[in-house]
Amino acid sequence: MITLDNVSKTYGSGPGAVQALKEIDLQVPKGTIHGVIGLSGAGKSTLIRCVNLLERPTAGRVVIDGQELTAMDAAALRQARHQCGMIFQHFNLLTNRTVYDNVALPLELMGQSRQTIRERVLPLLEMTGLADKTKQYPAQLSGGQKQRVAIARALASRPKVLLCDEATSALDPQTTASILSLLQEINRQLGLTILLITHEMEVVKTICHRVGLISDGRLVEDADVGDFFTAPGTQLGREFLNDFLKLEAPQALIERLEPEAGPDTHPVVRLTFSGDSVATPLISRLAREHGIDVSILQAKVESIQGRTLGLMIAELMGSDMQTREALTTLESFDLHVEVLGHVQRTD
Amino acid sequence: MSSALIDLVWQSTLETLYMVAVAGILSALAGVPLGVLLYVTRPRQILAQPVVNTVLGVVTNVGRSVPFIILLVAIIPFTRMIVGSSIGTNAAAVPLTIAAIPFVARLVEGALNEVSPGLVEAAQSMGATPMQIIMKVLLPEARGGIINGLTITIVALVSYSAMAGAVGGGGLGDLGIRYGYNRFNPTVMLITVVVLVVMVQLFQSLGDYLVRKSDHK
Repeated sequence: MITLDNVSKTYGSGPGAVQALKEIDLQVPKGTIHGVIGLSGAGKSTLIRCVNLLERPTAGRVVIDGQELTAMDAAALRQARHQCGMIFQHFNLLTNRTVYDNVALPLELMGQSRQTIRERVLPLLEMTGLADKTKQYPAQLSGGQKQRVAIARALASRPKVLLCDEATSALDPQTTASILSLLQEINRQLGLTILLITHEMEVVKTICHRVGLISDGRLVEDADVGDFFTAPGTQLGREFLNDFLKLEAPQALIERLEPEAGPDTHPVVRLTFSGDSVATPLISRLAREHGIDVSILQAKVESIQGRTLGLMIAELMGSDMQTREALTTLESFDLHVEVLGHVQRTD
Repeated sequence: MSSALIDLVWQSTLETLYMVAVAGILSALAGVPLGVLLYVTRPRQILAQPVVNTVLGVVTNVGRSVPFIILLVAIIPFTRMIVGSSIGTNAAAVPLTIAAIPFVARLVEGALNEVSPGLVEAAQSMGATPMQIIMKVLLPEARGGIINGLTITIVALVSYSAMAGAVGGGGLGDLGIRYGYNRFNPTVMLITVVVLVVMVQLFQSLGDYLVRKSDHK
């Protein structure tokens, strides 16, 4: 549905040129919600602006629903943009238009009749829960209501694709949740393809099917959300995940950690469970089969897109031989084992 | 106060209002589009045309830097061509209009500059043409600022019209100078000033009211 083929974007030229996007390949199949996450300045905004050519890529092709936007003249591009709604972090509603007239704007631009506009706008306001706000001006609305107006407006031209540029970043957590569930509903009911960029893992976790990670203008990961949350493929991905799960070893423990195993040390491991391994009674098996004690320092369970994800930081207490065998056993399960370091025995 | 004087003040008030109205309307008709052009041809704007923008900018600045009293006499041949005479109220309206056009244009440009670029971007993402962006986004969103600018222009025109006496244009300023100053009649001077003060107050209040009514920010 959306295909970015080797898209690059450079600002300026010569030695002062800034390469904001580097050879991005991205495919968003019809009906999926694809998130792109990254730190500020990584190129997220440029990426989403390149999809509807608010920014023209310096190289590469952008194809939406079989139409190559990058090959179009200005008039054809304007037509194609009717197929591609967009919502923004700061809503970008016209302050001097009522809620109704804001939602009507894209249809006015297309030259639709008053009658058609009415028939389209009212159901959209109904769907976004704004039916009683038609005559109000944006200044009278809350942030969440403003974003609902923006969503209704983006859907007015019946687009096949919705682009969301940090659509929940200016909203509080509760409002974010309600906007996300609205987007999910739209995705399910209308089969709309959604590409969103965000810096919040929560957004990705809640509604995305797939996620891309952008770093320094490059798309460094592109994975199923379930896979990304259980086993990110890059260091940056792991940092995002750890930051999101806030499962770091306690500071006192980190200070005691040594990188190499010594004669009198225990390994400290971070275990990431997913899928079947969640149900396995691992800890008791380790204790029974290898005769070691497992001290759980921290643990957390998350549900992501219907998949359960468990995280645990634990110290394996036993002899050198026992712990090494225990680690081998752990690795034979469907889980991710990371040895964080070693601590001196205290027993 | 004699009835002759009342007649004179009334007559002069109408002349001032006439000059301000003609110059105000004509300068708005020319100045608003010029202000829009100044804005949309800026670099990175929807109709970026750096050369056009620079030329328009220089012309506008020249228009604004010529002192009004010099403009008044300098364009007498042009005034004669337009209204057939170089003296009278109509003749005074020509230089007033010419002086107000670049003034309006810069104020409109400033008002458009206050419109969030995000709104233009949103309209572009909906497939709006540059003309649609101007008519449906920029002008309506800058409406308050534009009305405010026009109010400032009207008030400035009231004050500039006082100089119209130099070309026999009449009006309150002319009355004040001829009867109040030249004939040492402080009463007339005071009356003209009071009428001007009241007039400016009324224009400003009306302008403020229209801004409040039209702007929903």
